[in-house]
Amino acid sequence: MSWYRPSDVGLATRRQLADIGHGARLFFRLVRDLGACLRRFGLVRDQIHFLGNYSLAIIAVSGLFIGFVLGLQGFNILQRYGSSEALGQLVALSLVRELAPVVSALLFAGRAGTSLTAEIGLMKAGEQLSAMEMMAVDPVRRILAPRFWAGVITLPLLTAVFSAVGILGGWIIAVPMIGVDSGSFWSQMQGGVDVWSDVGNGVIKSVVFGFAVTFTALLQGFEAQPTPEGVSRATTRTVVVASLSVLGLDFILTAMMFSI
Amino acid sequence: MQRSRNDVWVGLFVLIGVAALLFLALQAANLLSLNFQTRYRVSAKFDNIGGLKPRAAVKSAGVVVGRVESIAFDDKSFQALVTLGLDSRYAFPKDSNLKILTSGLLGEQYIGVEAGADEKNLVAGDTIKSTQSAVVLENLISQFLYSKAADNNNAPQGTASKK
Repeated sequence: MSWYRPSDVGLATRRQLADIGHGARLFFRLVRDLGACLRRFGLVRDQIHFLGNYSLAIIAVSGLFIGFVLGLQGFNILQRYGSSEALGQLVALSLVRELAPVVSALLFAGRAGTSLTAEIGLMKAGEQLSAMEMMAVDPVRRILAPRFWAGVITLPLLTAVFSAVGILGGWIIAVPMIGVDSGSFWSQMQGGVDVWSDVGNGVIKSVVFGFAVTFTALLQGFEAQPTPEGVSRATTRTVVVASLSVLGLDFILTAMMFSI
Repeated sequence: MQRSRNDVWVGLFVLIGVAALLFLALQAANLLSLNFQTRYRVSAKFDNIGGLKPRAAVKSAGVVVGRVESIAFDDKSFQALVTLGLDSRYAFPKDSNLKILTSGLLGEQYIGVEAGADEKNLVAGDTIKSTQSAVVLENLISQFLYSKAADNNNAPQGTASKK
Protein backbone atom coordinates (compact mmCIF):
# COMPACT_ATOMS: atom_id res chain seq x y z
CA MET A 1 0.00 0.00 0.00
CA SER A 2 1.65 3.20 -1.08
CA TRP A 3 0.17 6.54 -1.85
CA TYR A 4 1.84 7.14 -5.23
CA ARG A 5 0.72 4.01 -7.07
CA PRO A 6 -2.48 4.81 -8.97
CA SER A 7 -4.00 1.40 -8.30
CA ASP A 8 -3.58 1.80 -4.51
CA VAL A 9 -5.02 5.30 -4.53
CA GLY A 10 -7.95 4.03 -6.55
CA LEU A 11 -8.52 1.14 -4.16
CA ALA A 12 -8.43 3.42 -1.12
CA THR A 13 -10.89 5.85 -2.72
CA ARG A 14 -13.23 3.03 -3.68
CA ARG A 15 -13.12 1.63 -0.14
CA GLN A 16 -13.94 5.01 1.36
CA LEU A 17 -16.84 5.48 -1.04
CA ALA A 18 -18.13 2.00 -0.29
CA ASP A 19 -17.98 2.70 3.47
CA ILE A 20 -19.93 5.92 3.00
CA GLY A 21 -22.43 4.07 0.83
CA HIS A 22 -22.91 1.28 3.39
CA GLY A 23 -23.39 3.88 6.12
CA ALA A 24 -25.91 5.91 4.14
CA ARG A 25 -27.87 2.80 3.13
CA LEU A 26 -28.02 1.60 6.74
CA PHE A 27 -29.16 5.05 7.85
CA PHE A 28 -32.02 5.13 5.34
CA ARG A 29 -33.09 1.61 6.28
CA LEU A 30 -33.16 2.61 9.97
CA VAL A 31 -35.22 5.72 9.21
CA ARG A 32 -37.56 3.73 6.98
CA ASP A 33 -38.15 1.16 9.73
CA LEU A 34 -39.70 3.75 12.06
CA GLY A 35 -43.15 2.46 11.21
CA ALA A 36 -42.21 -1.14 11.99
CA CYS A 37 -40.73 0.01 15.31
CA LEU A 38 -43.91 1.85 16.25
CA ARG A 39 -45.98 -1.25 15.48
CA ARG A 40 -43.82 -3.36 17.78
CA PHE A 41 -43.14 -0.69 20.38
CA GLY A 42 -42.27 -3.29 23.02
CA LEU A 43 -38.83 -3.70 21.42
CA VAL A 44 -38.18 0.05 21.52
CA ARG A 45 -39.48 0.23 25.10
CA ASP A 46 -37.01 -2.41 26.31
CA GLN A 47 -34.19 -0.51 24.62
CA ILE A 48 -35.31 2.82 26.15
CA HIS A 49 -35.23 1.03 29.50
CA PHE A 50 -31.70 -0.18 28.84
CA LEU A 51 -30.33 3.05 27.33
CA GLY A 52 -32.33 5.62 29.29
CA ASN A 53 -33.03 4.39 32.79
CA TYR A 54 -29.53 3.07 33.32
CA SER A 55 -27.96 6.30 32.02
CA LEU A 56 -30.12 8.50 34.24
CA ALA A 57 -27.83 8.27 37.28
CA ILE A 58 -24.62 9.27 35.51
CA ILE A 59 -26.42 12.09 33.64
CA ALA A 60 -28.03 13.48 36.79
CA VAL A 61 -24.83 13.35 38.83
CA SER A 62 -22.76 14.96 36.07
CA GLY A 63 -25.39 17.68 35.61
CA LEU A 64 -25.41 18.41 39.31
CA PHE A 65 -21.64 18.79 39.48
CA ILE A 66 -21.42 20.86 36.32
CA GLY A 67 -24.10 23.13 37.80
CA PHE A 68 -22.05 23.44 41.01
CA VAL A 69 -18.88 24.32 39.10
CA LEU A 70 -20.64 26.83 36.84
CA GLY A 71 -22.12 28.48 39.92
CA LEU A 72 -18.76 28.80 41.65
CA GLN A 73 -16.76 29.93 38.62
CA GLY A 74 -19.47 32.28 37.38
CA PHE A 75 -19.76 33.89 40.79
CA ASN A 76 -16.00 34.47 40.91
CA ILE A 77 -16.08 36.46 37.66
CA LEU A 78 -19.45 38.18 38.00
CA GLN A 79 -18.71 39.37 41.51
CA ARG A 80 -15.82 41.50 40.17
CA TYR A 81 -18.29 43.47 38.10
CA GLY A 82 -20.84 43.65 40.89
CA SER A 83 -23.45 41.66 39.02
CA SER A 84 -23.61 38.38 40.90
CA GLU A 85 -27.41 38.42 40.44
CA ALA A 86 -26.81 37.52 36.77
CA LEU A 87 -25.49 34.14 37.96
CA GLY A 88 -28.84 32.48 37.25
CA GLN A 89 -28.80 33.70 33.68
CA LEU A 90 -25.19 32.61 33.16
CA VAL A 91 -25.77 29.12 34.53
CA ALA A 92 -29.04 28.59 32.66
CA LEU A 93 -27.85 29.90 29.30
CA SER A 94 -24.57 28.02 29.26
CA LEU A 95 -26.29 24.79 30.32
CA VAL A 96 -29.32 24.96 28.05
CA ARG A 97 -27.50 26.14 24.94
CA GLU A 98 -24.19 24.27 25.01
CA LEU A 99 -23.13 22.21 27.97
CA ALA A 100 -26.18 20.03 28.46
CA PRO A 101 -26.55 18.83 24.85
CA VAL A 102 -22.82 18.29 24.32
CA VAL A 103 -21.87 16.72 27.65
CA SER A 104 -24.96 14.50 27.69
CA ALA A 105 -24.17 13.31 24.17
CA LEU A 106 -20.55 12.57 25.11
CA LEU A 107 -21.63 10.68 28.23
CA PHE A 108 -24.31 8.88 26.24
CA ALA A 109 -21.70 7.82 23.66
CA GLY A 110 -19.52 6.44 26.44
CA ARG A 111 -22.26 4.86 28.54
CA ALA A 112 -24.77 3.60 25.94
CA GLY A 113 -23.05 3.82 22.54
CA THR A 114 -20.23 1.49 23.50
CA SER A 115 -22.62 -1.13 24.83
CA LEU A 116 -24.64 -0.97 21.61
CA THR A 117 -21.51 -1.44 19.50
CA ALA A 118 -20.21 -4.30 21.61
CA GLU A 119 -23.61 -6.04 21.67
CA ILE A 120 -24.11 -5.86 17.93
CA GLY A 121 -20.48 -6.63 17.16
CA LEU A 122 -20.66 -9.77 19.30
CA MET A 123 -23.96 -10.77 17.72
CA LYS A 124 -22.24 -10.46 14.37
CA ALA A 125 -19.15 -12.37 15.56
CA GLY A 126 -21.40 -15.12 16.93
CA GLU A 127 -23.22 -15.21 13.60
CA GLN A 128 -26.53 -14.48 15.28
CA LEU A 129 -27.30 -11.85 12.68
CA SER A 130 -26.65 -14.31 9.85
CA ALA A 131 -28.83 -16.87 11.63
CA MET A 132 -31.69 -14.38 11.77
CA GLU A 133 -31.29 -13.71 8.06
CA MET A 134 -31.47 -17.46 7.43
CA MET A 135 -34.81 -17.47 9.26
CA ALA A 136 -36.02 -14.63 7.03
CA VAL A 137 -35.94 -12.13 9.91
CA ASP A 138 -34.42 -8.82 8.90
CA PRO A 139 -31.75 -8.10 11.56
CA VAL A 140 -31.82 -4.37 10.74
CA ARG A 141 -35.53 -4.20 11.45
CA ARG A 142 -35.52 -6.58 14.43
CA ILE A 143 -32.26 -5.61 16.19
CA LEU A 144 -30.87 -2.30 14.92
CA ALA A 145 -33.93 -0.13 14.30
CA PRO A 146 -35.44 -0.45 17.83
CA ARG A 147 -32.06 0.47 19.32
CA PHE A 148 -31.71 3.40 16.93
CA TRP A 149 -35.09 4.95 17.69
CA ALA A 150 -34.73 4.25 21.41
CA GLY A 151 -31.47 6.25 21.36
CA VAL A 152 -33.06 9.09 19.40
CA ILE A 153 -35.93 9.28 21.90
CA THR A 154 -33.73 8.89 24.97
CA LEU A 155 -31.00 11.47 24.44
CA PRO A 156 -33.25 14.60 24.36
CA LEU A 157 -34.92 13.46 27.60
CA LEU A 158 -31.54 12.86 29.23
CA THR A 159 -30.40 16.30 28.04
CA ALA A 160 -33.44 17.95 29.60
CA VAL A 161 -32.74 16.15 32.88
CA PHE A 162 -29.10 17.29 32.68
CA SER A 163 -30.12 20.95 32.20
CA ALA A 164 -32.73 20.91 34.93
CA VAL A 165 -30.46 19.22 37.48
CA GLY A 166 -27.60 21.55 36.50
CA ILE A 167 -29.75 24.65 37.05
CA LEU A 168 -30.77 23.29 40.45
CA GLY A 169 -27.07 22.69 41.19
CA GLY A 170 -26.28 26.29 40.26
CA TRP A 171 -29.11 27.42 42.53
CA ILE A 172 -27.73 25.35 45.44
CA ILE A 173 -24.36 27.07 45.08
CA ALA A 174 -25.74 30.55 44.46
CA VAL A 175 -28.57 30.88 46.96
CA PRO A 176 -27.94 28.80 50.11
CA MET A 177 -24.11 28.77 49.91
CA ILE A 178 -23.12 32.18 48.53
CA GLY A 179 -26.21 34.15 49.46
CA VAL A 180 -27.40 35.54 46.12
CA ASP A 181 -31.01 36.63 46.39
CA SER A 182 -33.26 33.78 45.24
CA GLY A 183 -35.82 36.06 43.60
CA SER A 184 -33.30 37.92 41.46
CA PHE A 185 -31.54 34.62 40.60
CA TRP A 186 -34.74 33.30 39.01
CA SER A 187 -35.96 36.59 37.54
CA GLN A 188 -32.61 37.28 35.83
CA MET A 189 -32.74 33.75 34.45
CA GLN A 190 -36.28 34.20 33.17
CA GLY A 191 -35.35 37.54 31.65
CA GLY A 192 -32.40 36.13 29.74
CA VAL A 193 -33.57 32.67 28.63
CA ASP A 194 -36.01 32.43 25.74
CA VAL A 195 -38.25 29.37 25.39
CA TRP A 196 -37.83 28.90 21.65
CA SER A 197 -34.45 30.34 20.79
CA ASP A 198 -32.61 28.89 23.82
CA VAL A 199 -34.49 25.91 25.24
CA GLY A 200 -35.91 24.92 21.85
CA ASN A 201 -32.57 25.11 20.08
CA GLY A 202 -31.01 23.04 22.88
CA VAL A 203 -33.65 20.37 22.28
CA ILE A 204 -33.00 20.44 18.51
CA LYS A 205 -29.30 20.00 19.19
CA SER A 206 -29.92 17.04 21.46
CA VAL A 207 -32.14 15.36 18.85
CA VAL A 208 -29.42 15.79 16.20
CA PHE A 209 -26.82 14.38 18.62
CA GLY A 210 -29.15 11.48 19.38
CA PHE A 211 -29.24 10.59 15.69
CA ALA A 212 -25.46 11.00 15.32
CA VAL A 213 -24.34 9.06 18.41
CA THR A 214 -26.78 6.17 18.10
CA PHE A 215 -26.19 5.79 14.37
CA THR A 216 -22.40 5.83 14.82
CA ALA A 217 -22.61 3.16 17.51
CA LEU A 218 -24.86 0.91 15.43
CA LEU A 219 -22.84 1.35 12.24
CA GLN A 220 -19.56 0.54 13.99
CA GLY A 221 -21.08 -2.58 15.52
CA PHE A 222 -22.69 -3.66 12.27
CA GLU A 223 -19.55 -3.16 10.19
CA ALA A 224 -17.15 -4.59 12.82
CA GLN A 225 -14.72 -7.36 11.93
CA PRO A 226 -16.29 -10.50 13.45
CA THR A 227 -13.31 -11.18 15.73
CA PRO A 228 -12.53 -10.21 19.35
CA GLU A 229 -10.05 -7.55 18.15
CA GLY A 230 -12.55 -6.30 15.60
CA VAL A 231 -15.23 -5.78 18.25
CA SER A 232 -12.83 -4.04 20.62
CA ARG A 233 -11.60 -1.79 17.80
CA ALA A 234 -15.17 -1.00 16.80
CA THR A 235 -16.04 -0.05 20.39
CA THR A 236 -13.07 2.31 20.58
CA ARG A 237 -13.98 3.82 17.23
CA THR A 238 -17.54 4.42 18.43
CA VAL A 239 -16.32 6.65 21.24
CA VAL A 240 -13.83 8.52 19.04
CA VAL A 241 -16.09 9.03 16.03
CA ALA A 242 -19.21 9.80 18.06
CA SER A 243 -17.41 12.33 20.28
CA LEU A 244 -15.75 14.09 17.36
CA SER A 245 -18.95 14.21 15.33
CA VAL A 246 -20.87 15.59 18.32
CA LEU A 247 -18.31 18.37 18.76
CA GLY A 248 -18.21 19.15 15.03
CA LEU A 249 -22.00 19.11 14.68
CA ASP A 250 -22.25 21.32 17.76
CA PHE A 251 -20.05 23.93 16.13
CA ILE A 252 -22.11 23.86 12.92
CA LEU A 253 -25.43 24.01 14.78
CA THR A 254 -24.24 26.83 17.03
CA ALA A 255 -23.05 28.79 14.01
CA MET A 256 -26.46 28.32 12.38
CA MET A 257 -28.55 29.05 15.49
CA PHE A 258 -26.77 31.69 17.49
CA SER A 259 -24.66 33.71 15.06
CA ILE A 260 -25.76 37.24 14.10
CA MET B 1 -49.21 -6.20 23.37
CA GLN B 2 -48.48 -7.74 26.75
CA ARG B 3 -47.42 -5.56 29.64
CA SER B 4 -43.95 -6.00 31.07
CA ARG B 5 -42.20 -4.77 34.19
CA ASN B 6 -40.18 -2.40 32.06
CA ASP B 7 -43.31 -0.41 31.26
CA VAL B 8 -43.31 1.16 34.72
CA TRP B 9 -39.67 2.14 34.63
CA VAL B 10 -39.74 3.45 31.07
CA GLY B 11 -42.88 5.41 31.95
CA LEU B 12 -41.12 6.91 34.96
CA PHE B 13 -38.08 7.78 32.84
CA VAL B 14 -40.19 9.54 30.21
CA LEU B 15 -42.13 11.37 32.93
CA ILE B 16 -38.88 12.57 34.53
CA GLY B 17 -37.64 13.80 31.13
CA VAL B 18 -40.89 15.62 30.36
CA ALA B 19 -40.92 17.13 33.84
CA ALA B 20 -37.38 18.41 33.27
CA LEU B 21 -38.45 19.99 29.95
CA LEU B 22 -41.45 21.62 31.64
CA PHE B 23 -39.18 22.91 34.41
CA LEU B 24 -36.88 24.46 31.80
CA ALA B 25 -39.78 26.04 29.91
CA LEU B 26 -41.69 27.36 32.92
CA GLN B 27 -39.12 28.08 35.60
CA ALA B 28 -36.00 28.90 33.59
CA ALA B 29 -37.58 30.55 30.56
CA ASN B 30 -40.90 31.80 31.94
CA LEU B 31 -43.13 30.58 29.13
CA LEU B 32 -46.34 31.58 30.89
CA SER B 33 -45.73 35.29 31.24
CA LEU B 34 -44.39 35.58 27.71
CA ASN B 35 -47.07 34.00 25.58
CA PHE B 36 -50.46 34.42 27.12
CA GLN B 37 -50.83 38.15 26.64
CA THR B 38 -52.24 39.62 23.49
CA ARG B 39 -50.43 42.57 22.01
CA TYR B 40 -51.31 45.40 19.69
CA ARG B 41 -48.84 46.71 17.17
CA VAL B 42 -47.87 50.31 16.64
CA SER B 43 -45.01 51.62 14.55
CA ALA B 44 -42.65 54.53 14.93
CA LYS B 45 -39.90 56.11 12.85
CA PHE B 46 -36.57 57.02 14.36
CA ASP B 47 -33.73 59.02 12.82
CA ASN B 48 -31.23 56.73 14.51
CA ILE B 49 -31.89 53.67 16.63
CA GLY B 50 -28.32 53.19 17.87
CA GLY B 51 -27.94 49.65 19.17
CA LEU B 52 -31.63 48.80 19.56
CA LYS B 53 -32.41 45.16 18.75
CA PRO B 54 -35.57 43.17 18.08
CA ARG B 55 -37.10 41.81 21.31
CA ALA B 56 -35.73 44.75 23.30
CA ALA B 57 -38.04 45.91 26.08
CA VAL B 58 -40.50 48.78 25.79
CA LYS B 59 -40.82 50.42 29.19
CA SER B 60 -43.02 53.11 30.62
CA ALA B 61 -42.08 54.50 34.03
CA GLY B 62 -39.60 51.61 34.24
CA VAL B 63 -42.26 48.93 33.84
CA VAL B 64 -42.04 46.60 30.84
CA VAL B 65 -45.17 47.21 28.74
CA GLY B 66 -44.16 45.52 25.49
CA ARG B 67 -41.38 44.42 23.17
CA VAL B 68 -39.75 45.62 19.97
CA GLU B 69 -41.06 43.23 17.30
CA SER B 70 -39.14 44.21 14.20
CA ILE B 71 -36.77 46.85 12.89
CA ALA B 72 -36.62 47.80 9.22
CA PHE B 73 -35.18 50.59 7.10
CA ASP B 74 -37.53 52.92 5.25
CA ASP B 75 -35.77 54.03 2.06
CA LYS B 76 -38.33 56.77 1.32
CA SER B 77 -37.66 58.86 4.40
CA PHE B 78 -34.26 57.24 5.22
CA GLN B 79 -35.37 56.48 8.73
CA ALA B 80 -35.57 53.35 10.84
CA LEU B 81 -39.05 51.84 11.02
CA VAL B 82 -39.58 50.16 14.39
CA THR B 83 -42.65 48.01 15.08
CA LEU B 84 -43.61 47.72 18.73
CA GLY B 85 -45.91 45.15 20.33
CA LEU B 86 -47.59 46.68 23.37
CA ASP B 87 -49.50 44.60 25.93
CA SER B 88 -53.19 45.10 25.29
CA ARG B 89 -53.95 45.69 28.97
CA TYR B 90 -52.02 48.98 28.78
CA ALA B 91 -53.45 51.91 26.80
CA PHE B 92 -51.44 55.00 25.89
CA PRO B 93 -52.60 58.41 24.58
CA LYS B 94 -52.13 59.06 20.86
CA ASP B 95 -49.53 61.80 21.39
CA SER B 96 -47.22 59.65 23.53
CA ASN B 97 -43.53 60.22 23.08
CA LEU B 98 -40.91 57.50 22.41
CA LYS B 99 -37.27 57.72 23.44
CA ILE B 100 -34.42 55.27 22.97
CA LEU B 101 -32.71 54.91 26.32
CA THR B 102 -29.90 52.82 27.75
CA SER B 103 -30.17 50.81 30.96
CA GLY B 104 -27.07 51.63 32.96
CA LEU B 105 -23.81 52.82 31.47
CA LEU B 106 -23.11 49.71 29.37
CA GLY B 107 -26.53 48.07 29.43
CA GLU B 108 -28.71 47.26 26.50
CA GLN B 109 -30.97 49.78 24.86
CA TYR B 110 -34.74 49.93 25.30
CA ILE B 111 -37.59 52.19 24.28
CA GLY B 112 -39.11 54.44 26.90
CA VAL B 113 -42.72 55.58 26.47
CA GLU B 114 -43.76 58.93 27.96
CA ALA B 115 -47.52 59.20 28.06
CA GLY B 116 -49.01 62.26 26.37
CA ALA B 117 -52.20 64.15 27.14
CA ASP B 118 -54.45 63.24 24.20
CA GLU B 119 -57.90 61.90 25.07
CA LYS B 120 -57.81 59.27 22.33
CA ASN B 121 -55.69 56.17 22.88
CA LEU B 122 -53.33 54.39 20.51
CA VAL B 123 -54.91 51.52 18.60
CA ALA B 124 -53.35 48.75 16.51
CA GLY B 125 -51.70 50.05 13.34
CA ASP B 126 -51.10 53.60 14.59
CA THR B 127 -47.86 55.44 13.98
CA ILE B 128 -46.26 57.38 16.77
CA LYS B 129 -45.03 60.76 15.49
CA SER B 130 -42.86 62.21 18.23
CA THR B 131 -39.73 60.14 18.70
CA GLN B 132 -36.29 60.85 20.04
CA SER B 133 -33.26 59.08 18.62
CA ALA B 134 -30.63 57.15 20.46
CA VAL B 135 -27.68 59.11 21.78
CA VAL B 136 -24.65 58.32 19.63
CA LEU B 137 -21.40 58.78 21.47
CA GLU B 138 -19.43 59.98 18.42
CA ASN B 139 -21.95 62.77 17.76
CA LEU B 140 -21.73 63.89 21.38
CA ILE B 141 -17.93 63.99 21.24
CA SER B 142 -17.83 65.89 17.95
CA GLN B 143 -20.37 68.42 19.27
CA PHE B 144 -18.24 68.87 22.34
CA LEU B 145 -15.08 69.36 20.24
CA TYR B 146 -16.76 71.87 17.93
CA SER B 147 -18.03 73.91 20.84
CA LYS B 148 -14.54 73.85 22.36
CA ALA B 149 -13.02 75.04 19.07
CA ALA B 150 -15.63 77.77 18.78
CA ASP B 151 -14.82 78.94 22.30
CA ASN B 152 -11.12 79.13 21.45
CA ASN B 153 -11.80 81.22 18.30
CA ASN B 154 -13.98 83.67 20.19
CA ALA B 155 -11.45 84.18 22.97
CA PRO B 156 -9.66 87.55 22.33
CA GLN B 157 -6.04 86.57 23.01
CA GLY B 158 -6.51 82.92 21.94
CA THR B 159 -3.40 81.19 20.73
CA ALA B 160 -3.40 79.77 17.20
CA SER B 161 -6.34 77.37 17.13
CA LYS B 162 -5.64 73.99 15.64
CA LYS B 163 -7.95 74.07 12.69
